[in-house]
Amino acid sequence: MSLFRADNLAIHFGGIKAVDGVSFEVHKGEVFTLVGPNGAGKTTIFNLISRIYDPTHGTLHFDGHEITEVPPHVIAKLGIARTFQNIELFEHASVLQNLLIGRHAHRKSHFLGELFFTKATRAMERAHREKAEEIIELLDLAHYREQMIANLPYGVRKVVEVARALCTEPKLLLLDEPASGLNVEETEDMAFWIDDIKNDLGVTIIMVEHDMSLVSEVSDRVLALNDGRMLSMGTPSEVQSDPEVIRAYLGGDA
Amino acid sequence: MRILFKTSYNDDIRLMKHGGYLFWYGLLLIAAFSAPLLLDDFYIGELAQVVIFAIAGLGLMVLVGFSGQVSLGHAAFLAIGAYTNALLIQAGTPFLIAFPVAGVVTALSGALISLPANRMTGLYLAIATLAFAIIVEQILVRWESVTGGFQGVAVDAPDLFGHQLWNPWELYLLCLVVLILVILGVLNILRSPTGRAMVAIRDSEVSAQSMGVNIAKYKTIAFSISAGITGLAGALMGHKFNYLSPDTFNIIISVQLLLMVVVGGLGSVHGAIYGAIFVGALPQILALARDVLPPAVAQTAGLEPGIFGLIMVLFILFEPLGLYGRWRKIKLYFDIFPLYRKATFKRQKAYLKTERMK
Repeated sequence: MSLFRADNLAIHFGGIKAVDGVSFEVHKGEVFTLVGPNGAGKTTIFNLISRIYDPTHGTLHFDGHEITEVPPHVIAKLGIARTFQNIELFEHASVLQNLLIGRHAHRKSHFLGELFFTKATRAMERAHREKAEEIIELLDLAHYREQMIANLPYGVRKVVEVARALCTEPKLLLLDEPASGLNVEETEDMAFWIDDIKNDLGVTIIMVEHDMSLVSEVSDRVLALNDGRMLSMGTPSEVQSDPEVIRAYLGGDA
Repeated sequence: MRILFKTSYNDDIRLMKHGGYLFWYGLLLIAAFSAPLLLDDFYIGELAQVVIFAIAGLGLMVLVGFSGQVSLGHAAFLAIGAYTNALLIQAGTPFLIAFPVAGVVTALSGALISLPANRMTGLYLAIATLAFAIIVEQILVRWESVTGGFQGVAVDAPDLFGHQLWNPWELYLLCLVVLILVILGVLNILRSPTGRAMVAIRDSEVSAQSMGVNIAKYKTIAFSISAGITGLAGALMGHKFNYLSPDTFNIIISVQLLLMVVVGGLGSVHGAIYGAIFVGALPQILALARDVLPPAVAQTAGLEPGIFGLIMVLFILFEPLGLYGRWRKIKLYFDIFPLYRKATFKRQKAYLKTERMK
């Protein structure tokens, strides 16, 4: 069953066709990876899905709804969460506070209730913290719970970003280069967590990644892009051995 | 150094993190409420002024410190609150109704301003709010049938259940109660989703948005809360002076408010209070300094604004976290004595920079 579908998606910045006629479907419960050389349009596709950019043409469907026109802040409420390539955490807040912001899409309290901090608001706050603790447990962040983001090492920030995205209780998680800047050990941890997120939480994942060992370890299907166009789609090994893909990476007529 | 063990979610939510809070803030409250017994009318008047400044500063802090928007036009909100309150009371509305209505009217005007302001950031927003303040000042001058123009408006003493608060100490206590309520309200907002959403917008708009925060909506909310609180301060200011005229709310007041939040420490509730004390005390210190300084310097026009500006620049250069930041450093120094290092509060900037090798 398809959870997400992009049809003939395109975005042009002036004369540059950053994404040009990309169509793909993501099935429920799979890990779908976008690969491609720099400038292939992978992150642009993420920005299109999270509605930061408006597509020039093409449509996006998620969970039975068309989301091409939905405003960006509604995307999280529909069940799509994302991480960023260059970590976009709230620097001057603790890990826990960052995760609580991830709970924003589930805000049920209203302004006056918050002003007087009524019983209902307090109960809601407790529920948010309980959910955040579950994620902290899952991703092994207990040690860093109260620390400021600004004081955390890079690898941990990456994990915090995944945790924050999970706090929105997404159906679809967009991971933008989850392993970039991580060492071998941290990358292995990340692979385990991606498996856990998929199997235990039942979250479907679309991922952009360069580290081919991670890609082939966790992905069910891979889509290779070059210059905004689709090159090849299939299992990791199929895509890796596709001559078109090899040509895109290595050049020449291999 | 105290280590907190949190054993329930409430430990994390409550405002009083441990007994020390209760003790010290309790002591502070007792001192603040018993001040009229110890000080004479002049100082109580000055203290009331500081409290009013603190309320306005808290309003501006919500905007600048927590939602990351700059405003150079907060004098306009003071004016709107003050005039609304004064005119309502003149029309026979009891203080207990006029006062909150003044806050609500100012909050709505803040929401109105935020509609165009939402499209701007940084310097442009500062210029736009400055323009707004000038427009409001002009309206106060020209709309004579309502505001009395340069003649101004006389403001009656606030009337609580038939008792008029003519004495300075009564007004001081009223301001103090309002300040405490405003502080509690702001703290409550800050520990709930609305406050977190504002802070999220300040730190990273793009990721706040992808967490489901409606940027425009929360910027508007921040503007309204900020304006509303400042409006309440304005209303109290009217009672303090017993008289309102357009030049009470000039650009210098806006700059003073901004100075307060910067000097006090951006992004902290304490900062607004420290800033108010600082700005309240500064003119007194300057007055004393005038006696010592050579007349050529002391008589210079614009000495006060010049010194305000200088202080702001010095703080931004040497103590960007303000007085509250300095206070935290001193506290930590004693907490972890003798382990404090000069670099304890230095932020690590980036990990990929080769500068580290230097």
